[in-house]
Amino acid sequence: MMITLNINGETHAVDVDPATPLLWVIREQIGLVGTKYGCGIAQCGACTVHLNGAAIRSCVTPVQAADEQQITTIEGIRRNDGTLHPVQQAWIDEQIPQCGYCQSGQIMSATALLMENPSPSGEDIDRAMSGNVCRCGTYGRIRKGIERAAIVMAHEAVVEDTGNG
Amino acid sequence: MGKWTRRAFITTGLLAGGTLVVGVAIRPGNRSAKVARLIADDGETVLSIWLKIGSDNVVTAIVPHAEMGQGAHTTLAMMLADEMDADWSQVRMMEAPAHKEYANYALARGYELGDMDFPAFLIDTIDGIFLTATKQMNLQITGGSTSVATTGMIGMRVAGAATKAILLEAAAATWQVPAHELHARNSHIFHDASHRSAPFSEFATAAADIDPPAKPQLKSENEYTIMGTSPQKLDIPAKVDGSAQFGIDTVLPGMKYAAVKASPVFGAVIKSIDQSSIEDLPGVRKVINLGDAAVVIADGYWQAQQALDRLKIEFTASGNEGIEQSTIFQQFSKAMDDATENKRNTIDFKIGNTETAMAESSHFVEAEYKVPYLAHATMEPMNCTAWMHDDQCELWLGTQNPLGFAAEVAAAIEIDQENVIVHNQYLGGGFGRRAFADYAIQAGRIAVQVPYPVKLIWSREEDMRHDHYRQANISRFKASLDSSGKPTAWVNQFVDKHDPIEAPYIPYGIENQLIHFADAETHVPWGFWRSVDHSLHAFFTESFADELAHAAGKDAYEFRRDLLANNLRFRDVLDLAAEKSAWYEPLPGNRGRGIAIHKSFGTIVAQVVEVEVNNGKVRAHRVTCVVDCGFAMHPDGLRAQMESGIIYGLTAALYSDISIHRGAVAQSNFHDYPMLRMDESPQIETYIINGGGRVGGGGEPGTPAIAPALTNAIFSATGQRIRELPIKHHDFNRGNPGAKDIA
Repeated sequence: MMITLNINGETHAVDVDPATPLLWVIREQIGLVGTKYGCGIAQCGACTVHLNGAAIRSCVTPVQAADEQQITTIEGIRRNDGTLHPVQQAWIDEQIPQCGYCQSGQIMSATALLMENPSPSGEDIDRAMSGNVCRCGTYGRIRKGIERAAIVMAHEAVVEDTGNG
Repeated sequence: MGKWTRRAFITTGLLAGGTLVVGVAIRPGNRSAKVARLIADDGETVLSIWLKIGSDNVVTAIVPHAEMGQGAHTTLAMMLADEMDADWSQVRMMEAPAHKEYANYALARGYELGDMDFPAFLIDTIDGIFLTATKQMNLQITGGSTSVATTGMIGMRVAGAATKAILLEAAAATWQVPAHELHARNSHIFHDASHRSAPFSEFATAAADIDPPAKPQLKSENEYTIMGTSPQKLDIPAKVDGSAQFGIDTVLPGMKYAAVKASPVFGAVIKSIDQSSIEDLPGVRKVINLGDAAVVIADGYWQAQQALDRLKIEFTASGNEGIEQSTIFQQFSKAMDDATENKRNTIDFKIGNTETAMAESSHFVEAEYKVPYLAHATMEPMNCTAWMHDDQCELWLGTQNPLGFAAEVAAAIEIDQENVIVHNQYLGGGFGRRAFADYAIQAGRIAVQVPYPVKLIWSREEDMRHDHYRQANISRFKASLDSSGKPTAWVNQFVDKHDPIEAPYIPYGIENQLIHFADAETHVPWGFWRSVDHSLHAFFTESFADELAHAAGKDAYEFRRDLLANNLRFRDVLDLAAEKSAWYEPLPGNRGRGIAIHKSFGTIVAQVVEVEVNNGKVRAHRVTCVVDCGFAMHPDGLRAQMESGIIYGLTAALYSDISIHRGAVAQSNFHDYPMLRMDESPQIETYIINGGGRVGGGGEPGTPAIAPALTNAIFSATGQRIRELPIKHHDFNRGNPGAKDIA
């Protein structure tokens, strides 16, 4: 079955079993391997991508459900000018990744959270991030990274408002 | 093998094409030219097999260890760069190719010179054939928290210092000035008197002509400019934009995908495979019987796994089908009883005379503890891409032991080890699991049967059911106390000793000690699990120390402190942990603090956990961690490793339980082998003491003490003593059976 995927702003037509999890289509057909396989049952969050701006687990999302939808992966969250997303920069500033395998998923969950809730409380962060497992135990740093990114993004928003006004 | 000599330690050589190189040889004789070919690009001069200097003056440190998040790549590069006086912003890192020349000579050398504790368990990961054939310690292993402590201290620093020395000498000859008037800084050499300076690269070729000093002068601590600071880790940028290449990310032209299912019962083999059930499925290419595992190759991984799930596989009975977890614990108990009755315990450690001491006492404390099997559950499941072509087998994977893997795969598919080429990628978690070559061997055995490259990926279920597990164990204690509450004898018995040797030993000044064990092997595969035997023995010994404190009517911290009067380094670590955790400050009724201290891999760690037990639910709120590894090369990296080790150990203590049912592992994925998540993650504060002396490890020592610190805190909060892990099996809404305090 032909499926049309819009991934990171590019359109791809793929001929694939519609039940195939989106994860494997992104990794194998599209060739974007930053999105990871961890459990296959939506328990670890390593496969998190955005579907129309919301964080989803691509390992249990049939590719059919993403037909004609907007998908964003870790490879697609840089700013248009090529600079890092404030969440990515915060991940460097707080020196978060260790093995790094879960971090694409962590960053995708964090960016989705901040889009929806620009100034999350500690509990909001816990709730949004508890679907993402990190075996290296970087949770404390991730929390700080999200708080840092929220401040940077709030500042940017103010600058933008002023510029536009 | 003869004793290492200084001359053999640093050598020079000539490259094909006329470029002169200096190599740090791992054994007598000049072997570095072969390696130089592998790592030198055009316009670069290899100054030693541990670094190269490009014509752009970029220094590349060549690090013979895998990066699995522990920061070895960055920290080892720092150690080399500091001794060279290189400009850190112009330092790059590359992982050494899997090659005998990169065998972990620092480990081997340290062992040969007898000037350090050699982590004996590392030897076990080397295939026996390999070891015998080479008659060398061909180690290129990342494990045992040894990267900084051995490769860094003995290897990278010496290479850096030797290189600086020959660069200075080359500059002196070029400028016709005495070498002692020169100094190096920021990858440049300066001659202040004549106001001359030039980049290292200008002298690289000339320096390669010079014999390096046999014993280069290393910096003293007050001369460090990079060591002891916390620059950003070199591997992190690629880990925030999806570009970091893990083994599972390998893509090759024409590559197919394989899924595998080994016999759920360890030891069983395949009796038959009925392919008819999957023959018509789209994308399926081939079914392979590996004897103990069935493999499906397909155009995509999901197609392969779907087909494998539908494949009818019959396994032969192995005789292990009746084994339950309870059977295993009964086996342990019986082995311990029998060994005691027949006086057949193996004595591990003995001082004084525990029998005499106990005969003189009337106050005894006894306890028995139990821990389960544990899986590593690395976030990246085991995987390996293999391609057999032109009589070579190329492997792309993450491994903690590239040379050992090459040897084991070569033996399995019967080709020369030289023809197995390992391309090591980032490891999506190691924790000891990626020291075992089973997944690479499977991939190699698949590759010899097909003309195309195959990426073998273990499902999470396969990964969890075919791990090499941290062993389950039972540990029994009996101690005697004198009238003042001071312990006079300590007797400890457990089953199956692995490594490191010192894991069950205690730092406390107890005059009479007997530590012994019984053998009770099971059919469950054993493996190194972050901190290895320390992970269980710290729980045993530090739980029992806490029980003794309680029996003696003393504060848990003060009781330990009193017993560390002759072990001042431990006492300093313990004191700081008590101070920083505000040990004496009162807590609300459902909260408690617990303390534990343990030394592993040369590093002392004390931890205080503040726990809340509310409505039957345990929540660790705060962890205070104090670490003394001698000198923290990268303090933020050490803190990160403590945080990581703490979460790893807390996860295990609270939740992790691999249990055997009908001979197989009962758990399969994160729903029944749950992980600690952000909402349960404590606030962690780490304090570093640079206590001096030999530098210890960082990757593992954060793990051992956290389980007993947590259970001791639970005791403080509830009066309920946890003698069996994981904690999730305990009901905190009920009473406690209580310590068996025979007063």
